[in-house]
Amino acid sequence: MGLDKIWVFAEAQGDSVASISLEILAKAREVADTVEVFMAGHGDDHAEELGDHGATAVYVTGDLDGSLQGSAVATAVAAGIEAGDFDLPDAFILGTTQDGRDVAGRLSVKLDAPVITNVVDLEFDGDTLVGTEPVFGGSTNVKTRFTSDKVGIFLVRPKSFEAESTGGAEADVEDLDVPDLGAAGEAKITDSFAEETEGPRLDEAAIVVSGGRGMGEKDAFSMIEDLAKILGAAPGATRAIVDSGWVPYSYQVGQTGKVVKPTVYIASGISGATQHLVGMKGSKNIIAINKDSEAPIFAVADLGIIGDVHKVMPKLIEALNNR
Amino acid sequence: MKVVVCVKQIPDPADPGELDPDTKTLKRDVKLILDESDSYGVEMALQLVDDAGDGEVHLVSMVPNNEVSGLRTALAMGAAGATLISDECLSGSDALGTAKVLAKAIAAQEPDLVLSGTESSDGYTGTVPAQIAELLGLPSVTFAKEIAIDGGTAKVKRQTEAGYDDVECPLPAVVSVTAGVVEPRYPSFKGIMAAKNKPVEELTVEALGVDPAEVGWAGSRQDIIDIAAAPVREAGEIIEDEGDAHERIVAFLDELKVL
Ligand SMILES: Cc1cc2nc3c(=O)[nH]c(=O)nc-3n(C[C@H](O)[C@H](O)[C@H](O)COP(=O)(O)OP(=O)(O)OC[C@H]3O[C@@H](n4cnc5c(N)ncnc54)[C@H](O)[C@@H]3O)c2cc1C
Ligand SMILES: Cc1cc2nc3c(=O)[nH]c(=O)nc-3n(C[C@H](O)[C@H](O)[C@H](O)COP(=O)(O)OP(=O)(O)OC[C@H]3O[C@@H](n4cnc5c(N)ncnc54)[C@H](O)[C@@H]3O)c2cc1C
Repeated sequence: MGLDKIWVFAEAQGDSVASISLEILAKAREVADTVEVFMAGHGDDHAEELGDHGATAVYVTGDLDGSLQGSAVATAVAAGIEAGDFDLPDAFILGTTQDGRDVAGRLSVKLDAPVITNVVDLEFDGDTLVGTEPVFGGSTNVKTRFTSDKVGIFLVRPKSFEAESTGGAEADVEDLDVPDLGAAGEAKITDSFAEETEGPRLDEAAIVVSGGRGMGEKDAFSMIEDLAKILGAAPGATRAIVDSGWVPYSYQVGQTGKVVKPTVYIASGISGATQHLVGMKGSKNIIAINKDSEAPIFAVADLGIIGDVHKVMPKLIEALNNR
Repeated sequence: MKVVVCVKQIPDPADPGELDPDTKTLKRDVKLILDESDSYGVEMALQLVDDAGDGEVHLVSMVPNNEVSGLRTALAMGAAGATLISDECLSGSDALGTAKVLAKAIAAQEPDLVLSGTESSDGYTGTVPAQIAELLGLPSVTFAKEIAIDGGTAKVKRQTEAGYDDVECPLPAVVSVTAGVVEPRYPSFKGIMAAKNKPVEELTVEALGVDPAEVGWAGSRQDIIDIAAAPVREAGEIIEDEGDAHERIVAFLDELKVL
């Protein structure tokens, strides 16, 4: 049991390796003898951190000059395999991120390889790797494996595995040649904007305080921000209020937003739709405030308060302020 | 300007049916509707053609069972016509097989721009748009929250983890649109009546020129080996607020030593 070699797609987040990539490395190490990384950009910046998380080599494209990663990374990997610069791994694993899906989609066409997506666990059935995929908004788990001997591509959801430092040596840096991409490579980033946020990152915070449509109006979201500030927490939101323009998308928790697993998740005026639950039900403790005793959020809450957010929240903020 | 929009027809998410334990596919005997995630692409396309002053919106959809009700909804919104690839052998298709079929049908339309959703509501692999682009040798910009066409260039605000990037891309190109970025119009009565007479070209996989071995279960090269209910979280203590519930929350946070 165990695969010979897995290739993991890594993404940078500022100067560091994104946590999703480190999470995948931890699992990849468990299921394969050799784990190597491929990524856009320069390897020297990340070789130490990647090595420390179990990668022995990192294949890099170098500067992409603003090009989106999908076409460049997938084409470079396929060309390298074709040229015999390196052997085809037994599997590719990427994160369910914007760029991860672009690279996976293009790579699947280049290699005519199928994808198994939204994976939250990987395990062996005999000697084939099987991915667990939550479907119907997380109410059902299906386990899927590839049936051909061709390489397969797994896309893993964030927070499925725990990143782990192994103390491994710095990864070897190898170059991936990016061939002429033709028209496919012509999408270029001309500028980048980050939403201003204070406090911890939503997907890393120990406490998350989220608000939903039950907050009533945009201005009432300030109660969420206030409580988050007092607790050193990150504010979060449902898609309902992101779509309504109360808060930016970067606040969204759920299937099409961020996956969070904090020590405490406080859901205020949130009904608990399956697409929201799938992003937060891995939290260690869940507190829910909702005026409807039938709200599905109560089915996952460790502490449920049936009440009006406009009464409970101000008192909670005041009580914590007075400590 | 000719815009092709990929629209998936899916079981109503409010009543998604279930996975058939024998075939391991969704039981599709339920009525299919326009995936809400694709209503944004349709709306975006209609607005872009409006802004351009001329052109049309053409729909492309793939189903195993010649369903058209979702297409009719999008036609009623204002699309001019549609291509429906319908074939029993498409049942069980994976994302790559789907992309191969859609790419062929899209190419036949020679579009200036191809729009899709970022991810469907039922399968949500989120890989089909990039696969279509790669099959067509086109650039792609996924996760668009805003699109403007300036001459032969698409200027896109692309959602990122932290905010957004401005991305520029020559046409023709594939752009996937995130949910909630435009307000899809409701079909008017006139639109609904007109949609009944709009052309829907129905093609089999073979007529399209795709090898049936590359689609459906045969082509998917993956196998579901287990379907099980996800473990449920135990509900905890539920109390009714009598004006002092905040004290219970503070005590709970104290017990967790997070204060
Ligand atoms: C493909 C797809 C993807 C999706 N992805 C996501 C996602 O990533 N994240 C996400 O969150 N959603 C997602 N959704 C949307 C999801 O289905 C729900 O519509 C959404 O989560 C509901 O948000 P809400 O709980 O804020 O609003 P509602 O469902 O409207 O709930 C509001 C709640 O507030 C309560 N309430 C009202 N007033 C008060 C008051 N004064 N005090 C206390 N409680 C009050 C009500 O009882 C109700 O339970 C997705 C949907 C689809 C179809
Ligand atoms: C629960 C579930 C899990 C699945 N898991 C996998 C998996 O792991 N790997 C895999 O390869 N397949 C999987 N599938 C199958 C896959 O969802 C379908 O093959 C589907 O036809 C294409 O993928 P998608 O809907 O996920 O596309 P996405 O990439 O999520 O869709 C993005 C956009 O592509 C367009 N599009 C997608 N399908 C069509 C269509 N039929 N007609 C017109 N436009 C379309 C739409 O604009 C859509 O918004 C799964 C299906 C289900 C129901």
